Amino acid sequence: MKKVIKYVIIDILRNKIMLAYTLFLLVLSLSIFSLEDNSAKGLLGLLNIILIIVPLVSIIFSTIYIYNSAEFIELLVSQPLQRKTIWMSLFTGLASSMSLAFLVGAGIPVLIYQADITGFMMILIGVILSVVFVSIALLAAVKTRDKAKGIGVAILLWLYFSLLFDGFVLFLLFQFSDYPVEKLMVAVSMLNPLDLGRIMILLKMDVSALMGYTGAVFKDFFGTQAGMGLSFFVLLLWAVVPVWLSIRRFKHKDL
Amino acid sequence: MIIANNVSKKFGSLFALNDFSVTCNKGECIALIGPNGSGKTTFIKTILGMVVCDSGFITFNGSNIKNDWQYRSRIGYMPQIGRYPENMTIGQVLDMMKDIRKSAQQQILDEDLINLFNLKPLMNKRMRTLSGGTRQKVSAALAFLFNPEVLILDEPTAGLDPVSSEILKEKIIAEKQKGKLVLITSHILSELDDLVTQVIYMQDGILCFHKTISQLTEDTGQAKLAKAIAHVMQKQ
Repeated sequence: MKKVIKYVIIDILRNKIMLAYTLFLLVLSLSIFSLEDNSAKGLLGLLNIILIIVPLVSIIFSTIYIYNSAEFIELLVSQPLQRKTIWMSLFTGLASSMSLAFLVGAGIPVLIYQADITGFMMILIGVILSVVFVSIALLAAVKTRDKAKGIGVAILLWLYFSLLFDGFVLFLLFQFSDYPVEKLMVAVSMLNPLDLGRIMILLKMDVSALMGYTGAVFKDFFGTQAGMGLSFFVLLLWAVVPVWLSIRRFKHKDL
Repeated sequence: MIIANNVSKKFGSLFALNDFSVTCNKGECIALIGPNGSGKTTFIKTILGMVVCDSGFITFNGSNIKNDWQYRSRIGYMPQIGRYPENMTIGQVLDMMKDIRKSAQQQILDEDLINLFNLKPLMNKRMRTLSGGTRQKVSAALAFLFNPEVLILDEPTAGLDPVSSEILKEKIIAEKQKGKLVLITSHILSELDDLVTQVIYMQDGILCFHKTISQLTEDTGQAKLAKAIAHVMQKQ
């Protein structure tokens, strides 16, 4: 398995896109921090951009990478290797290079300007989100045979998680505003890893007051250790479940 | 050595393999012959586990291949269309395969074909810049590289120049004499004449016959394989 991971990572690193992504994150975070005199405000600005960029790059790059590695995968499958090993190596290679790019590009500036618990939380969530969206990309790529369709599905998934889901939640919130749905909102937020990540960081920033009564309910839940533990667990599920489903599919796929 | 039992595989509504059963033993050189789309490549891919069959099973040395993967270290496979990572060089592909297969089995590498095809000076060329024939040479070199007990060659000489296909044919004969099992598909029947000992003829995923060459010549009265097969096809 180690050998295949090695070749995947070498191949990804040879790709200039990864370098460009790292540099882009680096320039972005450094400029945001230097624009704001208050680094906490800078962190908030960075959060909003990262929640858009990181999932987008993770999911699109990984999907395209899987399709472009079709030959590589075909070559490996006819060799004495387990299919599970091949797929897990692709996942590990992609996830570790996406995480590394995030750590270098956004992690270092955050550590320079805001090396406290909020900063660490943000780096951790960023890394987990990178892995989550690589995992979702793998599932999208294994389910659809056609490259254009697969990339389309990946873009739609990103749109869903970063825009449509929030619209949907707002709609529900307004429709049921006469009922006490705040507790339900906690459960609903578990359905979207991006929302979960955003809430966890915002609560660490102590700006939850901005979120009104729902914010208070969130604080009651996510503020506790059990709530925090549960949300991390759900985030990890978001990383593990799609890749597990994709392995099951890949094992029976005809190449 | 390789036994297929009632293997069926459907692509959509089309049967690529239909209740296909066949036994291949050591030391045989078997030609898989049939019209286009008769399921030859699908059969090869099911042996390699690249295509998972819908029903039936295949055993390799007596054990079911379904949940096994180590048996593939005993097979050298030359695909019909060799597809390799485009931005790797020939040398990198060879090194990668050596690296991946090394731990599976410690064996002596057979670099005959690399030398005979004169691939050494091309080692730094990227796969995407190669011609179809050179790609085919790389595929062949890879299939023979690990001294496998079973060689599966899907249209090995398609795209090769006469000199190279002669080199490949001689190599195949040499390996056959070492007691290996060789499975070949080809549409150029005339060049199979001095290679094969048995013929599997299939049509629409169904096994039509599996005979030795001597039996086939006896049945059809034709000495040449091409004529014998033509005789069979006309009769149908």
